Amino acid sequence: MGIEVVVEGLTKSFGKQSIWRDVSLTLPAGEVSVMLGPSGTGKTVFLKSLIGLLKPEQGRVLINGVDMVNSPERDIYETRKLFGLMFQDGALFGSMSLFDNIAFPLREHTRKKESEIRRIVMERIEVVGLLGAEGKLPGEISGGMRKRAGLARALVLDPQIILCDEPDSGLDPVRTAYISQLLIDLNAQLDATMLIVTHNLDIAATVPDNMGMLFLRELVTFGPREVLLTSDEPVVSQFLGGRREGPIGMSEEKDAATLAAEADAASASVPAAPRVIVPQLEPSPGLPPRQAVARRRKRVMGMIDTLPPAARSAIRDTYAKSAEAATLPMPAAGSGA
Amino acid sequence: MITGALRQTGRLFALAAEVVRAVFRRPFQFREFVEQFWFVASVTILPAALVSIPFGAVIALQVGSLTEQLGAQSFTGGASVLAVVQQASPLIVALLIAGAGGSAICADLGSRKIREELDAMEVMGVSPVQRLVVPRVLAAMGVAVLLNGLVSVVGILGGYFFNVIMQGGTPGAYLSSFSALAQLPDLYVSELKALIFGFIAGIVAAYRGLNPRGGPKGVGDAVNQSVVITFLLLFFVNMVMTAIYLQIVPPKGG
Repeated sequence: MGIEVVVEGLTKSFGKQSIWRDVSLTLPAGEVSVMLGPSGTGKTVFLKSLIGLLKPEQGRVLINGVDMVNSPERDIYETRKLFGLMFQDGALFGSMSLFDNIAFPLREHTRKKESEIRRIVMERIEVVGLLGAEGKLPGEISGGMRKRAGLARALVLDPQIILCDEPDSGLDPVRTAYISQLLIDLNAQLDATMLIVTHNLDIAATVPDNMGMLFLRELVTFGPREVLLTSDEPVVSQFLGGRREGPIGMSEEKDAATLAAEADAASASVPAAPRVIVPQLEPSPGLPPRQAVARRRKRVMGMIDTLPPAARSAIRDTYAKSAEAATLPMPAAGSGA
Repeated sequence: MITGALRQTGRLFALAAEVVRAVFRRPFQFREFVEQFWFVASVTILPAALVSIPFGAVIALQVGSLTEQLGAQSFTGGASVLAVVQQASPLIVALLIAGAGGSAICADLGSRKIREELDAMEVMGVSPVQRLVVPRVLAAMGVAVLLNGLVSVVGILGGYFFNVIMQGGTPGAYLSSFSALAQLPDLYVSELKALIFGFIAGIVAAYRGLNPRGGPKGVGDAVNQSVVITFLLLFFVNMVMTAIYLQIVPPKGG
């Protein structure tokens, strides 16, 4: 089972420029979370802070009792072995073939025999659909392939926590859909805690259990997906609707005059259609069910009274539907065991 | 300005301390060490030999001309050998290790840094200092020591050739003044200098390579700076070491 990641009061700035302030959230163990946010709001910085690559000025990131911000370097290195991080452009070693890249963590951290390494690596290469390309150098393949190779490398040590930095950027919609399915399947197989940083709305709508959004140096919200998807906060609804009208401007924040002008224009135009909540992706047939689903259900039902009314009814709807689905005859998957 | 310079200096020393500590941490990256050793050696051996012949020659010619005017021609051998072994050879080694080896190390680490390869390595729980920097620094030190021997020999041969053939010195006087003035500690300090210069060149190159500022242009700047900083440090350290050596080791002739 995955490990819970607790973030408390994290604040990061580069010089005088503050990136975000006082971010607190908990990534529940084994669940999939998505962090949304316009470009340039420090999503990647957040990810790198979780893993201890960047050191925020204040706050803590607790994983298994180790604070990734302030603990001794030795403990941080040890804890990092629990992580798999998929970098935005793969961050593969340019001088090694894909095979050696993916085998790197195994060769560094385990004493496995070369035949064993080969088996594991080829298995992962197959999972991300790169069979046949394992001998190529990172410079010889497309950006999408590099990304998938980076994911494969992040997976070889069976991580408990998987972080994905924009898994969709540079991928076409079909490949993005495949990546979404792959991430859910991985969660079903590994039961790892996952955080995906993205601004892709399809991934945001179909993959996560929980969603958060960073904007204007703040964590706007973080909670069960229904909370964000039904939120009427202007930033959130503008972002999810992909509209120009709202507080997000071309360069982060709009000035008051533009906002007022928009408000006038908006009153004349038709109101945006209410958002529908698309059902979450299920693991591919043949895979075990996601253990996180039951845990999340228990957790969310426990906190349901603290949630906004819209989110509350959306959650009840979702679980009512899934209760019906559960009474249908199950496919024969997994009965061979 | 001053605090900035001090901060950089402090970080440089911190990296040096970290490297020294990581040298003793297992597992030692033997393969990487051999590869880097071979690489640094291959880019420095030929230029070092080619530089040291004319260098030995000019010292022999200059010293020979001076001693001839003073009437102490028979000491040309000893004087030029000491100059080559103690001063010229470690400095030639240092310039080549910094200029050819260090610049390549700096560029390599810098481009890995901006491609996020080093971040990826840290995320996988592998320390770039232990995995990449330590083998490079050790390779620079090892090559520097061996290269110093080569440069000394080639420089002395060059000096001998020019003194005996061009200036009409006698081989016997050259060799006897050699053994009259030179002593083994001269060779020891020469090798010690080379070892330390190799360490400094490796550390500075690694430090600048690990901290490039902003993109590919930053890597170019870092390489440039690493060579310049190394040169400054080396000449300074050389001066200090020479002064200490002359104080603590009694001269043989006296």
